[in-house]
Amino acid sequence: MTGESLSALALSVRVAILATAINTIVGVPLAYLLARRRFRGRAALDVLVTLPLVLPPTVTGYYLIVVLGRRGWLGAPLYAATGWSIAFTWYAAVVAATVMALPLLVRTARAAIESVDRDLERAAHTLGRSEWQTAMEVTLPLARNGIVAGLVLAFARALGEFGATLMLAGNIPGRTTTVPLAIYTAVQTGETGDALALVALLTGLSCVVLIVAGRLGARAT
Amino acid sequence: MATRSRRLALVIVSVLAAMIAGDAAAAPSRELVVSVAISLKEAMEELGRQFEASHGGVKVRYNFGASGQLAQQIEAGAPVDVFVSAGKAEMDRLEKKALVTEHDRRAFARNVLTVVRPADSPIDLVRAEDLLEKRVARVVIGDPRTVPAGRYAEESLRALGLWEGLRPKLIFAENVRQALDYVSRGEVDAGFVYVTDVTTRSGRVKEAFRPPDDTYGPIVSPAAVVKGTKQPALANAFLDWLTGPDGRAVLARFGFLSPPAGTR
Repeated sequence: MTGESLSALALSVRVAILATAINTIVGVPLAYLLARRRFRGRAALDVLVTLPLVLPPTVTGYYLIVVLGRRGWLGAPLYAATGWSIAFTWYAAVVAATVMALPLLVRTARAAIESVDRDLERAAHTLGRSEWQTAMEVTLPLARNGIVAGLVLAFARALGEFGATLMLAGNIPGRTTTVPLAIYTAVQTGETGDALALVALLTGLSCVVLIVAGRLGARAT
Repeated sequence: MATRSRRLALVIVSVLAAMIAGDAAAAPSRELVVSVAISLKEAMEELGRQFEASHGGVKVRYNFGASGQLAQQIEAGAPVDVFVSAGKAEMDRLEKKALVTEHDRRAFARNVLTVVRPADSPIDLVRAEDLLEKRVARVVIGDPRTVPAGRYAEESLRALGLWEGLRPKLIFAENVRQALDYVSRGEVDAGFVYVTDVTTRSGRVKEAFRPPDDTYGPIVSPAAVVKGTKQPALANAFLDWLTGPDGRAVLARFGFLSPPAGTR
């Protein structure tokens, strides 16, 4: 593999790990909220989180530009204050991968949390545990395999993200070119050998991820 | 509830079926597939309309993209009748692989490189060296590997001795119109495009300066009949139209120059 392919691989792994870490922090609480709490705007939140799963990735990417671009709702004030914008940096690839992977984690984890026996939670409650303690000591440990399976799927999705990444992060060799983008460029420019190596690598990785997620899912039920 | 959703499903299915059937019925008798460098989009669409009007029953279908991407598609066996490239190198590549022939290939236009900036940008750029200034954070060019405009930009920047210094600021676009789009949205401070691109986003981008024309090019655009076309006569007629008086008039209206005599 060429240096450019290797740097794409290193970037992809870094982006996927970071996106999965952010998803753990944001996605698991979200899944818990959606599974166990009834509040105003719950349905809307559910739709918002799930949208990237059904929208074309380029549409999600467009929304990200509208929000985070130099002239975006959040991007413009940030650019005015710091002269820095997230677009076309590798952080943009992390943001795109995070948003695209979030629904996979939330939906999987939410189903796992919902399948936890409520009587056990009520018992913990009666024994004087707060909701937070019950969640940490009873609900989440019991839903653990489902949550981990969701994280594995989110990791795989982050590793393979293409459309939204291309829109927000661009395709800058050595800086924002992830493996899927490198494959795209290699095919566009006719560097078939390089493309093939990366395609094989990503396919292998995805297979491993699916096997792991499948085993965890089987144990969860 | 169940019958309502069933009725809705029925409506959706019949609409889809009608669309599929309608699409099949609407297929014209003769179709010409033309892969067009995206910098030539508006001019070629207008040219195609005129060509259709004077050739009854003919429908021109376009496939827009960066010249390098389009050439790659043809190498991979895309069913294309005519290739209209922005750059010469892409056509040379296809000719070397015997996918177009010298006989069916013609230069039809010449273009000029320019540097644009967002219309409301406070950064005043008057010559290429200004791009090195710290205020200029990002400069977009087409990816030189697939976008002729990007390749000419690289050529010019290298000739000016600015390429290495500018590299960390460079963003590569998929095609020249994406480069233009990044500038028009203010995501970058400057970009290299063709002068003919500027009018498609006038009001949102402004020409800053033109790189000295002895530092690159000349940018000569060739078109050719693709080998394996099922309609060689029609494809050749399209080339004749493109390089004839009607084609030249349209191209001139969109700002393209005539190719230098003797080029192909």
